[in-house]
Amino acid sequence: MDPVILHEVQEALDRFKDKEVYIHLETTNGAYASHNNESFFSSGAYIRNAKVTYERAKITGEGPFRTGLKIPFGWVYAEGITHFEIDGKGRLLLAGHDFNGKLAVALQISETPFD
Amino acid sequence: MEKERHVLVVFPHPDDEAFGVSGTIASYINMGTPVTYACLTLGQMGRNMGNPPFANRETLSAIRKQELKDAVRALGISDLRMLGFRDKTIEFEDENKLTNLMSSLITELNPSLVITFYPGYSVHPDHEATGAAVVRAVEKIPEADRPKLHCVAFSRNCVEELGQPDIVHDISAVSDIKLDAIRAHRSQTELMLAEMAEKLKEKDPKTLAWLNNERFWTYKF
Repeated sequence: MDPVILHEVQEALDRFKDKEVYIHLETTNGAYASHNNESFFSSGAYIRNAKVTYERAKITGEGPFRTGLKIPFGWVYAEGITHFEIDGKGRLLLAGHDFNGKLAVALQISETPFD
Repeated sequence: MEKERHVLVVFPHPDDEAFGVSGTIASYINMGTPVTYACLTLGQMGRNMGNPPFANRETLSAIRKQELKDAVRALGISDLRMLGFRDKTIEFEDENKLTNLMSSLITELNPSLVITFYPGYSVHPDHEATGAAVVRAVEKIPEADRPKLHCVAFSRNCVEELGQPDIVHDISAVSDIKLDAIRAHRSQTELMLAEMAEKLKEKDPKTLAWLNNERFWTYKF
């Protein structure tokens, strides 16, 4: 993963526009957050291989960045994005790593299902 | 440590075996006891990717699979079973399916000792669900024929509710092997080990106690 380069991510987002794509979207504090700090309210969610088609997509912000995908009846949204990679399978992997390098959020787009 | 015929270790994540149990595993192997490690997932949803990150969500499973194999080799475990579940999903699986899977492992291997997490006292939902499945499988066996069941617990309330652990292994004789096993899980442990290295050099008593004492509670049915 490399630190986000806005125009490269935007170009990749645009390449998937109007195509059926599979999404992996995730936020997490880690399963130990409340164990390590009892006053911390742990929460998280993920969806893997949701099939969507989006009509527009944008990455924006000063960094960490926000990304939104406009789908026919709603939106896909992620904030806290710091890193990106276009992997060997042409998939766009976006992730937000916290100050210790731990993953906090991920938004990934692929034309084929994730394993 | 008592001599065992066969030890079956069941945990959900690569690295669960390394922290609190690897010294015990290495000690049994040194005594000539075969050890089987059944690991339910590949820790695909781990948050540690290295800093700066050298893994991503999609490469993490292959990386952690290799780390698991490296750790198993460091410990001398001859039988590794990767059970193919997905990280963070064990509690949502069919309980009977999990119980039957554990029962079939126990029937096949006939272990004299099974090691897993203590359900209710092991913090991570995958730990709880894994421990619970093992407990259900062992409970089905007539009492006289059951293997011993040693459980790892580390929730904040575990000593308060379970009492002091009835089994504490001093594994200092194999602490180097244990550190190798921890080190093998590089994506998950690199940061932690860097912090620990200094404390180990200073022989910090708390860190040494954490490293050298492995604690288990015999499961109470």
